[in-house]
Amino acid sequence: MSNGVLIIAEQQDGVFRKVTFEALSEGKRIAGEMGGGLKALVLGSNIGEMAPELAKYGADAILAADAPALANYVTDLYANVAARVIEAHQPAVVLMGATAQGRDLAARLAARLNAAIAMDCIALKVDSGDLVATRPMYGGKVLAEVGLSGAPRIAVIRPNAMDITASAGAGAVEPVDATAEESRLSVVEKHLETGKTELTEADVVVSGGRGMGGADYSIVEELADALGGAVGASRSAVDEGWRPHADQVGQTGKVVSPSLYVACGISGAIQHFAGMSSSRVIVAVNKDPDAPIFTKADYGIVGDLFEVVPEITKAVKTVKG
Amino acid sequence: MDIIVLVKQVPATESLIEIAGDGLSIKTDAVKWVMNPYDEFAVEEAIRIREKEGGSVTVISAASDAGVKAKETLRVGLAMGADKAMLISDPAVAGCDGLGIARLLAAAVKDLPHDLIIAGQRAVDDDNYIVGQAVAENLKMPAVTLVVKEEIADGKIRCHRTVEGGTVVLEAPLPALITTQRGLNEPRYTSLPGIMKAKKKPIEEKSLADLGVDAADLAPKARILALKKPPDRTGGRIIEGESPAEKAQALVKALREEAKVI
Repeated sequence: MSNGVLIIAEQQDGVFRKVTFEALSEGKRIAGEMGGGLKALVLGSNIGEMAPELAKYGADAILAADAPALANYVTDLYANVAARVIEAHQPAVVLMGATAQGRDLAARLAARLNAAIAMDCIALKVDSGDLVATRPMYGGKVLAEVGLSGAPRIAVIRPNAMDITASAGAGAVEPVDATAEESRLSVVEKHLETGKTELTEADVVVSGGRGMGGADYSIVEELADALGGAVGASRSAVDEGWRPHADQVGQTGKVVSPSLYVACGISGAIQHFAGMSSSRVIVAVNKDPDAPIFTKADYGIVGDLFEVVPEITKAVKTVKG
Repeated sequence: MDIIVLVKQVPATESLIEIAGDGLSIKTDAVKWVMNPYDEFAVEEAIRIREKEGGSVTVISAASDAGVKAKETLRVGLAMGADKAMLISDPAVAGCDGLGIARLLAAAVKDLPHDLIIAGQRAVDDDNYIVGQAVAENLKMPAVTLVVKEEIADGKIRCHRTVEGGTVVLEAPLPALITTQRGLNEPRYTSLPGIMKAKKKPIEEKSLADLGVDAADLAPKARILALKKPPDRTGGRIIEGESPAEKAQALVKALREEAKVI
């Protein structure tokens, strides 16, 4: 019997990741079809103030595991608490975001609970009581429909793939046992840039490739700033050492699905398409009219990116006022 | 330091992927097979650790079809410098999901000396991100995924793990499992003498029965129902104009009024 949907929220220093709201919104829809309510589990330290926010996206109950030991994400501590909550509440479906944390936790939980799992889902549907996930394989060159059986079924959803829908839930906050036993992992240091838009969650991504000719990405950064987006790079730019590995968009880098993707000086190798072809609108700026990127881009400008990109920035600033 | 590296053979990332007639698998005839790129980082890191600490490196893979392709990848691992190779070869492997593969690999590792297990963060075919962490769970071992740097001292491994917006440094006692992230190292090329030497090294083969695993325990809970191609993108419009400024203005107008993304 269905026992509803549990989403595992993700927060960093008191701020929920956007994908948490996407998971809640999708969870609400799935719970509506399968029956049962929508619960959200949030883990952390001093999360009392932020937890009620989850009710805005339909959570009927908010389970809060609040303990100093949970201040940082540590696989075994989070897995211990989450596994206990799943065993107590017996959800039919567990959702979380496909982030560094979500993928790590989901894989550990699936192995522990012997639960069906689908990673990086871009769509979910309920088909005669079963959960069917659509997920990219081969770097997005193929989409697989994967049927998940048993309980719980764990679906890890890709950021930016599903809509956020506000809907008020009853949302009472209930503390849950946050005892996490002792961890064999310890966090030594954290080096995090705060306030930077995460590439995979950005609504606009502006990427530079080999055509940038060097590590000076200021024109790309200025356009990204004007559009409120994040900066990405092609593999060749990363291999040249112009940009960090974390910025690489492509089959062996990050997969992004923004509303707008602007490719500057990127020829468009198949591996790069794999990382950005699910963007809603693609713009390419390249001086080579025969660059393969133009065969996939919605809008193309043939020209020198050092002349064109600053003009785009100027035009964006004008219309955005 | 005895190190186990989990490897898989995958289509090279430049491959065009076509769906086979059954609608459930891909056409394999025109595919060029290579070692999963994230596993190359894993083999390289293992060899570097052994060069410093001594010990052994064993590469392990699982395959259903007598492992012809998987053996090629194991030979690449040996040619790079691994000491030993093991192939879990059983028809039952074909039906496994990520958790099933993890169970088989864990069963194989359990009987081997191991201080450290290194796996790719994901294989670039299934893009599952499951096997590393699941092997560690089956062996009740700590794991750190997405590692770009590691240091081993006093029976512990200290790992730099990439997360959104930066890195987190974590420490775990050995034995532990780590998965690789791009940036960890630059994998070496195989040399001709290395390849010749690798041909002489034996690949130990294990069946399900050898590992004491029951095929019934491998029944997949996640099953592919259909494969389809993503919606095809076709080229759109080239924005014309007399000057870069004119083109840029026309583009922004189109993005605002037609595409409505600004």
